[in-house]
Amino acid sequence: MSNNGKMTLEIFRYHPETDAEPRYQSYEVPYNEDWVVLDAINWIKDHMDGSVTYRWSCRMGVCGSCGMMVNGEPKLTCAAFLKDYYPGAVRVDPLVNFPVERDLLISMDGFMEKLEAVKPYIIRDDVNDTSEGEYRQSPAELARYKQFSMCINCMLCYSACPVVGHEEEFLGPAALALGHRYNKDSRDQGQSERMEVMLSNEAMWGCTFVGECSVVCPKHVDPAGAIQQAKAAGAQEYFKSFVMPRSS
Amino acid sequence: MSHATTHQHDVVIIGGGGAGLRAAIAIAEENPSFSVACVSKVYPMRSHTVTAEGGAAAVIKPNDSLEDHIYDTISGADWLADQDAVEYFVNRAPSEMIQLEHWGCPWSRMADGSVAVRPFGGMKIERTWFAADKTGFHMLHSLFQTTLKYGNIVRYDEHFASKLLLDDEGRCRGCAAIELRTGTVRAILGKSVIICTGGAGKAFPFTTNGAIKTGDGMAMAYHAGVALKDMEFIQYHPTGLPGTGILITEASRGEGGILVNKDGYRYLQDYDLGEALDVSDPRHPQKRAMELGPRDKLSQCFIKEKNAGRTIKTKDGDAVHLDLRHLGAAKIDKRIPFVRELARSYAGIDPVHQPIPVRPVVHYVMGGIDVDSNSATNIPGLYAAGECACVSINGANRLGSNSLTELLVFGAQAGTHAARFAMDKPDYDVSGLEAQAADEGERIRRTWFRTRTRSGSERIAVLRNELHDAMEDGAGIYRDADSLDAACEKIAELRDRYRKVVLDDHTNSFNTELTAALELSSLLDVAEAMAHSARERTESRGSHQRLDHPDRNDDDFLAHTLAFRADGGGAPRIEYRPVTITKWPPGERTYGADSGLKRPADEPGEAGEPGEPGEPS
Repeated sequence: MSNNGKMTLEIFRYHPETDAEPRYQSYEVPYNEDWVVLDAINWIKDHMDGSVTYRWSCRMGVCGSCGMMVNGEPKLTCAAFLKDYYPGAVRVDPLVNFPVERDLLISMDGFMEKLEAVKPYIIRDDVNDTSEGEYRQSPAELARYKQFSMCINCMLCYSACPVVGHEEEFLGPAALALGHRYNKDSRDQGQSERMEVMLSNEAMWGCTFVGECSVVCPKHVDPAGAIQQAKAAGAQEYFKSFVMPRSS
Repeated sequence: MSHATTHQHDVVIIGGGGAGLRAAIAIAEENPSFSVACVSKVYPMRSHTVTAEGGAAAVIKPNDSLEDHIYDTISGADWLADQDAVEYFVNRAPSEMIQLEHWGCPWSRMADGSVAVRPFGGMKIERTWFAADKTGFHMLHSLFQTTLKYGNIVRYDEHFASKLLLDDEGRCRGCAAIELRTGTVRAILGKSVIICTGGAGKAFPFTTNGAIKTGDGMAMAYHAGVALKDMEFIQYHPTGLPGTGILITEASRGEGGILVNKDGYRYLQDYDLGEALDVSDPRHPQKRAMELGPRDKLSQCFIKEKNAGRTIKTKDGDAVHLDLRHLGAAKIDKRIPFVRELARSYAGIDPVHQPIPVRPVVHYVMGGIDVDSNSATNIPGLYAAGECACVSINGANRLGSNSLTELLVFGAQAGTHAARFAMDKPDYDVSGLEAQAADEGERIRRTWFRTRTRSGSERIAVLRNELHDAMEDGAGIYRDADSLDAACEKIAELRDRYRKVVLDDHTNSFNTELTAALELSSLLDVAEAMAHSARERTESRGSHQRLDHPDRNDDDFLAHTLAFRADGGGAPRIEYRPVTITKWPPGERTYGADSGLKRPADEPGEAGEPGEPGEPS
């Protein structure tokens, strides 16, 4: 049964140019059981209030733009269905643990710096010419990092993580999982360079494997698992640094 | 909009999707002393390349040949592709794909560690590289992450480019762009410019395209005096989810999925697409046949079935069934897991147990900014690559899995040529360009923020919805003179009413209502070029099917349509340019058992059939 009623959305509003304080604004939208929360917000923007501000694009859970807090939980709003909340109200907030730019749109500056910090690219001493063909990688070698390559950078894990909440310097689940993804790639030789960055991020050792990041991850990347593996590898590396000099 | 600030680079790239990032790396690698600006209205990893699913074509296996890839592409294009460009594309494709492999793209693999390939529609042999069914996602992230290596790539994330800046010599030297965070209009200058802003599926109501696919770069080039080429050729992908338009990849048919009508009948066999082999037949799925026919024909067959009353009624309109059940859970989870995820989430269907309702959905614009085989436009210093550009390798119908490869091949090529231009013609007058950017900022402010000079009550969404209806009704899978006249007339009316659009939001920071208004303007430009180009082409070819002119007419229309913007708007001026034919004279497009070129390797036993990739990917 579609269109047989209304639903209330309470949206966090804050505009630094005009508002001293954040506030919530309520909007009554048509209820459509096929709609996701993002559809309802788009309806508000199109028909009620063009000033509501947020990010979105693909509407199919892969571009990573539309993460918000839905009734207190970090969600991709394109994958959070109204029917799971109806007839109750839905409260939409910007992702927590990020500075708010305006309304539901948060600053990604810090996140982008953290992604870049882990050197998320193949590092090799010897680079083959393309005429020599592809690097061979067995399905088993692929499976070692594939899961960690599925991150869409939606940042839900940063909103769920208790360490991110109080340690601003913490590289965070997505960035560490990405660093680990390259460390585990059989084509890569940059592990020690990358580990230097990851291990010196003291806050990483504060990750107590609460695992909230893996719970909220919409793509089953399991950043908590990646961090645990990285820590274990790091402890070995740390031990090795005593018994043998670092090769340069 | 505050005052313009100026930023100077060697090359400016507008767009941060697959083509833009590939161009940026090409320039950064070949010219370490160059500074490359990458201007994007979103963070690069949000670009629409991310949603591509099935794969990217390139000849890599010993049982394949460059010649076959060329022929498949040209015949798939209904002979409207320029054959010199196709040859370049196919020849360059393997090394570009290997390069991306070297940059870490997690391609699915065979047991021996080589990359795996799968069959795709209109391709004579399996040659589509894939990373499960998130190929575009992995390619985009691999490219983006690789750009982070280069200190000389300077990103302008969330900057909305609104105007190209030309110097006194008529050379393109940068763009004016709104920094969304502050509303400041910046002059981002370079010695040459590459547009890589993607397609314009959002001119239509039912599309696989994301919100950002609004043809901004096409419109910018059109305003600067570059023709939009072959804009009447719009690809409907045959298998989108009704309601949302979410794409169910062609790889699902490459893996053996079948299309059936309401009677459970594989209706494609009635439309000269070959024999319906049993799904247990080892020859199924047959290449260049049935479900692996080209997208234009499959979408057209859907309409014919619908008109014959043989489609399935759903609450979101007519559909047919894509049946994957015979593939089994293991294969579905290994090869097309995203299909299962999407169908479950958005259609409430588990394809392991139920067929998926699907219908044709606007997917890709074959046309675009007119460029030559060096990715250069008619404006010196201005280049374009990717979906926004029309080289053309796609002609009247693009083959699935050619567009991801196109991003790489022509992104890299555009980068190389733009860098060369920047070296050859380095000097330009900064102050004149700055003044143009300041004017652009003032124009935007005057147009949108001064309520006293702007009266009216039109809303963006109302106009956008009416544009959608006009395009779907007038310029859909089948068109005729009447429907196209109506679309052209409606677009002219909407242009008029656009002047009366008012915004609720008059603030500077992240004014996404303003950007939506600018995007609507782009869509009107692009739609105008599409509808007028379609009206003038009185023949049927590939994706452009005229009910009133049902046959292909090579005598008059073996030619590219060039739509030039009229001064002050209105109907564009239409010209034609002959297609470049090198070795493949126009022939009949045939699909089914005997389609395509015959080669000895087609005989059973001689072809090196690749086995299954050993492991999940």
